[in-house]
This record gives sequence, structure tokens and C-alpha cells, in this order.
Amino acid sequence: MKALVWHGKEDVRYDTVSDPGIEEPRDAIIKVTSCAICGSDLHLFHNLIPAILPGDVLGHEAMGEVVEVGSGASHALSKGDRVVIPFTISCGECDQCRRGNYSVCQCTNRKKELAEKIFGHPTAGLFGYTHLTGGYPGGQAEYLRVPFADTTHLKVPDGIPDEQLLFLSDILPTGWQAAVQCDIEPGDIVAVWGCGPVGQMAIRSAILLGAEQVVAIDCVPERLSMAAAAGAVPIDFMNESVIDRLNELSGGEGPHKCIDAIGTESHVSFSQPDTVLDRAKQMMLMENDRPHVLREMIYVCRPAGIISIVGVYTGLIDKVPMGIAMNKGLTWRMAQAHVQRWTPDLLRRIEEGQIDPSFVITHKVDLSQGPEMYRVFRDKQDSCIKVVLQP
Amino acid sequence: MATLANATQILRSPGDPRIESSGPSSLTGVDRLARALGWFSFALGAAELAAPRRIAGALGLEGKERLVRAYGAREIAAGIPTLSYDKHVGLISRIVGDVVDIATLAPALRAANPKRKNAVFAMGAVGVVTLLDIAAAAGVKVLVLSHFVPADATGLTAEKWADAVRPNLQGRSGGGARSDGNSAVSEARDQRPQSARGKHAG
Repeated sequence: MKALVWHGKEDVRYDTVSDPGIEEPRDAIIKVTSCAICGSDLHLFHNLIPAILPGDVLGHEAMGEVVEVGSGASHALSKGDRVVIPFTISCGECDQCRRGNYSVCQCTNRKKELAEKIFGHPTAGLFGYTHLTGGYPGGQAEYLRVPFADTTHLKVPDGIPDEQLLFLSDILPTGWQAAVQCDIEPGDIVAVWGCGPVGQMAIRSAILLGAEQVVAIDCVPERLSMAAAAGAVPIDFMNESVIDRLNELSGGEGPHKCIDAIGTESHVSFSQPDTVLDRAKQMMLMENDRPHVLREMIYVCRPAGIISIVGVYTGLIDKVPMGIAMNKGLTWRMAQAHVQRWTPDLLRRIEEGQIDPSFVITHKVDLSQGPEMYRVFRDKQDSCIKVVLQP
Repeated sequence: MATLANATQILRSPGDPRIESSGPSSLTGVDRLARALGWFSFALGAAELAAPRRIAGALGLEGKERLVRAYGAREIAAGIPTLSYDKHVGLISRIVGDVVDIATLAPALRAANPKRKNAVFAMGAVGVVTLLDIAAAAGVKVLVLSHFVPADATGLTAEKWADAVRPNLQGRSGGGARSDGNSAVSEARDQRPQSARGKHAG
């Protein structure tokens, strides 16, 4: 089959690889009909996340049709079923899964020893996201082996196009969880850093969940326009002070809730000197992430506010003002999305027409164009916001 | 790299996909050139830091050993971003460094310098590297397509040239629509000098 394979930093190739097969009774094989490049794939593209190896198949946003089912998954899946595959692989049986914490499933990371050494305790297996999370081949391919398939799928109805359903695999539940983690109450001002696909989903989720005002922070005009179209107040951080503008919008009190939809690779600019220092440290392997957004959120957030983090961080960060966070009584909430916790409700909302997440798609191309699209997405060329690939 | 990728298979489950053949890469010629220049920066920087006296002596620049060592540190500092995905920053800093190197070498070209031959060779090398740095910073694909096809090469027809370069072209993005190798080659043809197009139009 054809697949997008990571060969090294900035080197993703459209390779021919061997077909996956059923390995465990709970496996299923799906024929991928649509998959997408996620912003967090760019961290892999840039080799910022440890434990990715040359030869790894990328991709954790995929959907398709079941073509083969193991004996242990046949009670839940049949050939021909149309499914969206959550990026978090979950067993559905462990203590964490029973609590709904699917992204920290205790059973599905097949490289537990490695993850325990790095994280202290293992987290769930993820598709196409390094060997710290199991080293499972990803979904930017013609076929995908789905482990624990009986509990790692969302059946979706015919009649709704892939474009509206695909993002149930990651960015829609991630954006939704970012807003849910904020415990939004009437009158809340919610500030969202990053207007990429996850940020866009978070903005709309915060509006749906009743925020009085949502403020969107980015520097890419088309992304800010997309946020403004949803009703958010845009702030272009290259042209105005985020702190001043947020204080102005909130009567000097700061936003009640702050969402980080950026993570490790915040924009580097001489107008934000800490980002230049972070980038220099990152190049010299002295720091893993560029936490400018965290610093800004802690500083501007209203005391007793909530900081919700869904942007991916990879390791060690410097100069985060923990003293300010503690003294202001800020609550931090963060996680890889517990996808399966949210998808039944989100699918219902899609079916009812409340949400149509396909609005973020700017590029829909053949899988063979994947290597080029990684560059286009990374460089934000051609107003690129979200790339959908079709094998 | 496919061999290396398959070597890592020992860390995977036996059923995981194994590369059978490798296809087009996201890595461009500019990326590869920048990487080569980045590693060259490291190598030259290490040599300048380790043996400044020998380098200064070979060029007839006795007394400038500390300067050579400082340049070694500069080369390594430029090499780090050149090897990163912020390669443009590194390449610009390398170009600035090239200008400084040329200014430093210029006095060594004087006729009275007994090591003048070495200095001329070094100046030539710096000149070539400067061109490569500029080419990488500017996007070498444009330079290759515009100038590297000799206008007077009568045996090189447009078809032969297009067939030879097609495997190295991955197309250009535009409006989200796919541009395949053929359209990229057509664009490239249009970028060739008028004289070349006139002689070899197929």
C-alpha cells in the first residue's frame, strides 16, 4: 500500500509499504477514505518529539471502511462499517477508560517500559505519534490496522460526507475539550491563543458552550478572519499588544478563561524577545518547547481563572512564572483529548447541523501529494489551514 | 535512508508496515544544500577552533590566530540554525560571515605574501561557498532552472532536458490544485533564457 513515511527531519515520503494485517483478535483493518495532516504532525515533521524513528508511518486523523475484523472485535464491528478512528487507542476496560480518561488508557501503549521511564506512567497508545505512545503506524495511508478496534472506533452513518466527520478523530473533540475544561459560565470571556484548526474548533465550542465573548489571538490574517466569522474578537499579536487588548476587552480584569491551542511551537518574533531566546535554546537542545503562550496566559488571566491547554507540549520548558500562577490561584487543565468521551455527543451535533467542522478545510488532495502538503501547511502557503488527504 | 528506515524495523512489531520502495520526499534540493552547508559550517568551525595557528600560517595571516578562532565559533553558531528548520536565518548569517571572510582574506592576496597561492585558493573557495549560500537562501531551484541549461548545447533538446529533470520536480502548489511534474517542467521551460528556448524548443 501507499503511505506517508517519516524518514528524518522535514523528510516525509510517499512510500510503498507492506500491507497491515490482523495481529491480535481485537484488531480490525480499515481502508482509509480520508485522513488529515494535524498541526501536531508538524512537531514530528520538525523532529521535535523524541522517539520517532525513520520508517514510521504518520497520521492520527483517519476514517474509512472496515475491510477485515479480528475475532475479538467482531461483536462490535463488521466488514463494510463506516468508521472514524479516534487518535487515542483505548481498551475500554481499564480504570482510566472506565473513568472516561481515554487518552491515558493503561493498556494500549505497547511500549509501556519506554513510556514509564519518560512519563513516570504510560499513557494511551496513539496512531502515528512516536514510540513513546506505542509506535503504532498511522493513518496517512491506504490501510490502517486499528488495535483494540472494538472500543477504538466511532461508527458513522452514510449520507454525511467524510469532510464533516473526519475531524471527530481529533481536532473537533480536542477543541471541544479545551472549552469544556474551562467550565464556561454565563458572562465568561474566553481567550483562545492560536487560530489553527484546533483553535477554530475551540472558538466555536466556547461559543456553543455559552461564553459571553471569545477572543482569538493569532497573526495569520485568514485564520483571524475565520475566527471573526464565528463571532470571536480577533487580536493580531504582530500589530497590537495582546495583554493591553485583552485587558481593554475585559474592563481591565483579564479574561476568565484562557485556552492554549498552540503548544510547543509558538511564533518566533523579535517583537517577543522571549520567543527568540526559546528558539535559540531549542536549537541547542537546551529546551524542548517554546512556552511564550503559557507565560502570556498566566500573566493576563484573571485571578482564580482557568488555563486550558490542548496544544501539544513535548518536554522541558523554561521561565514559566509558576509563582504568578500560584498566587493568582489559577487552575490548570490539560490533556490529549479523551476523544471517545466527546464523540457521541459531537456526532449528534453534526447530525443535527449544530456543527459543521468542514469549514476549516482549505486543501483536499490526493495522498500522493502529502509530502508537498506538509511543506505547504508548515509554511502556511496558499492560505493553508487544514489539509485533507484522500488515498 | 530507506535502508536506515527498514533497519529500525527491529524496534517494531513484525506486522508493522515495511518500506518496499521509497517515493517523492518533502525534502527539496534547497533543504539538502542547506544541510550540506550547515555541516560544512561545523567542520570548518571545528578546524578553525582547533588549529587557528596552522590556518593563519597557511594563508600568510600570522598574528590573526585569535581572529581565526573567533571565526570558528561564528561558523558553528551559523551552522546550528542552518541545520535547523529555521535554515534561512542560518544561511543569512553565513552570507554575512562570507563577506567578513572575504574582507579578512583580501590583505593576504598582496604580492608580497609568500603564501599568496594558498590565499588565492582560499578566496576562490570562499567565493564558491558564498554563491552556494546565496543560492540556498534564494531558493536554488529557480537558479538551476534558469541558468544551468547551456544555451549552446545543441545536443540537449528540450525533451531530453525535461526528461532528465522531471524526476527531481515535485510540482508546485497553487490554489490547492495539484500541479504535476509536467506542468512544473512547462513552468521551468518558460523560465529558461530566451536564447535557449529559441534554439531547443521541441
